[in-house]
Amino acid sequence: MRSVSIIGVGCTKFGERWDVSLRDMIAEAGVLAIEDAEIVGEQIDALYVGNMSGGRFIEQEHIGALIADCAGLSRLHVPSTRVEAACASGGLALRQGILSVASGYSDIVIAAGVEKMTDVSSGTAADALAAAADREWECFFGATFPALYAMMAKLHMRRYGTTHDQMAQVAVKNHHHACMNPIAQYHMEISIEDVNKSPMVADPLHVLDCSPISDGAAAVVLAPTDIARRFSDTPIKIVGSGQASDTLALHDRRDLTTLDATVHAGRAAFRQAGIEPRQVDVAEVHDCFTIAEILAIEDLGFVEKGQGGKATEEGLTALGGTLPINTSGGLKACGHPVGATGIKQAYEIALQLRGEAGKRQVDEVEVGLAHNVGGSGGTALVHIFTR
Amino acid sequence: MTTQAPRFWRSIPQRYNLLGTHCNRCNEYFFPPRNLCPNCRRGAHLEEYTFKGTGTIVTYTTIYNATEEFERLTPYNLAIIQLDEGPKITGQIISCSEEVKIGMRVRPVFRILGKEGDRGIIYYGTKFAPLIEPSCLESAEGLLNSAKESD
Repeated sequence: MRSVSIIGVGCTKFGERWDVSLRDMIAEAGVLAIEDAEIVGEQIDALYVGNMSGGRFIEQEHIGALIADCAGLSRLHVPSTRVEAACASGGLALRQGILSVASGYSDIVIAAGVEKMTDVSSGTAADALAAAADREWECFFGATFPALYAMMAKLHMRRYGTTHDQMAQVAVKNHHHACMNPIAQYHMEISIEDVNKSPMVADPLHVLDCSPISDGAAAVVLAPTDIARRFSDTPIKIVGSGQASDTLALHDRRDLTTLDATVHAGRAAFRQAGIEPRQVDVAEVHDCFTIAEILAIEDLGFVEKGQGGKATEEGLTALGGTLPINTSGGLKACGHPVGATGIKQAYEIALQLRGEAGKRQVDEVEVGLAHNVGGSGGTALVHIFTR
Repeated sequence: MTTQAPRFWRSIPQRYNLLGTHCNRCNEYFFPPRNLCPNCRRGAHLEEYTFKGTGTIVTYTTIYNATEEFERLTPYNLAIIQLDEGPKITGQIISCSEEVKIGMRVRPVFRILGKEGDRGIIYYGTKFAPLIEPSCLESAEGLLNSAKESD
């Protein structure tokens, strides 16, 4: 198996992009990544794109061929594959790209992600997202996506004494980080009081505990590590890739306050990398709801089970803390165009490792991690990166 | 949600009764019924099983912002319930005069779950209500009997 590196990255502005289409965004992100890697179309062996629900959001399937076409690669007949794992579609596209290069099947591969969510009403968008849950045994009985995470939060509060203020601090921190990220959806500081005063969605989660509906696209260029320096002075090595699945429905899980898929994907990635959680310097984790970031830092082994709320309250996960989490602003404040999120996480970690993260740059970054979850934890992907 | 009639014509008896499966080999109960036991897989001995229906609330939430089809019910309580035989299921908690709590005992009730507009399909399923403990039932029966006697 060959070692794989990132030789180029690109990401569009995230947000409510009324003026652009899915086609515009994927072309923009792709061009940025290709220019960053200084490659030309003829060098590209394969494309992978994460997209959750083109069918529901823009009534367009067959996104693989579409992005090759939009990228101007149709006359080269480059193989292009769309992958789907709900909100983890981007992370899964990255992994598919890695497998393709690692196996020797391809040399230069683009892993991209895209979602255009604001062409439909928020009700239609919410229903499309609910399809990531168990339609027959959760949604049929009235479950919503926030409700599933709210039920995890309630039990976490009861078992470990986690408070809503601790959860709100995740949103406060991630909004603060996003203010320093030019591509972020929100450039707006918020307070714990703002979170508490925002309308309740599913108790204990308020509107400001939830990630928004967003448009955006991101792309990275992958190459075998042994030739990566031909393309980039600052290639980023992908030293660990883990993927795991679990039951589709939350209620079937072993433990409702742990995402076992995260635990297993994390273990696989750490084992492959030969790295311990305490060696990670910066991480992007899947904070689709504030409680999700608390669960993630526990399940990845950064803090003990039950201590995620306290660690957040004490500032360990903020920029300047011992383990800065979600310097991009996370899903919460950078935005969550679902298919693009997993690639945007890799983009942010690559910038941090290259020392190009501007005002939100973490000092002396050697190891970075990206964690992407599908649904309420039916899929998880963990990638570990070094310089 | 836009659904088509065949999704509901298809026989899903476990929607209307708590019908599941029990693996005779590992003794685990499943709801909804599974075709493969995740412990024993093809070595399983699965048999149909009707759950008693009583269970305990493991966790819950109150939903204020729902999808269009459930909007008329907001705010409503949703919980994950562990049935006494072991499996957990998701369902609404209704007819609850006191605050829903983790650990609360519940029983299944058959209710309309939703309908698609004024002319669309009405669909039914299980919701849960606080369990009236057998002791309460007995005293209620006692009252009924004494009422009959006085007739």
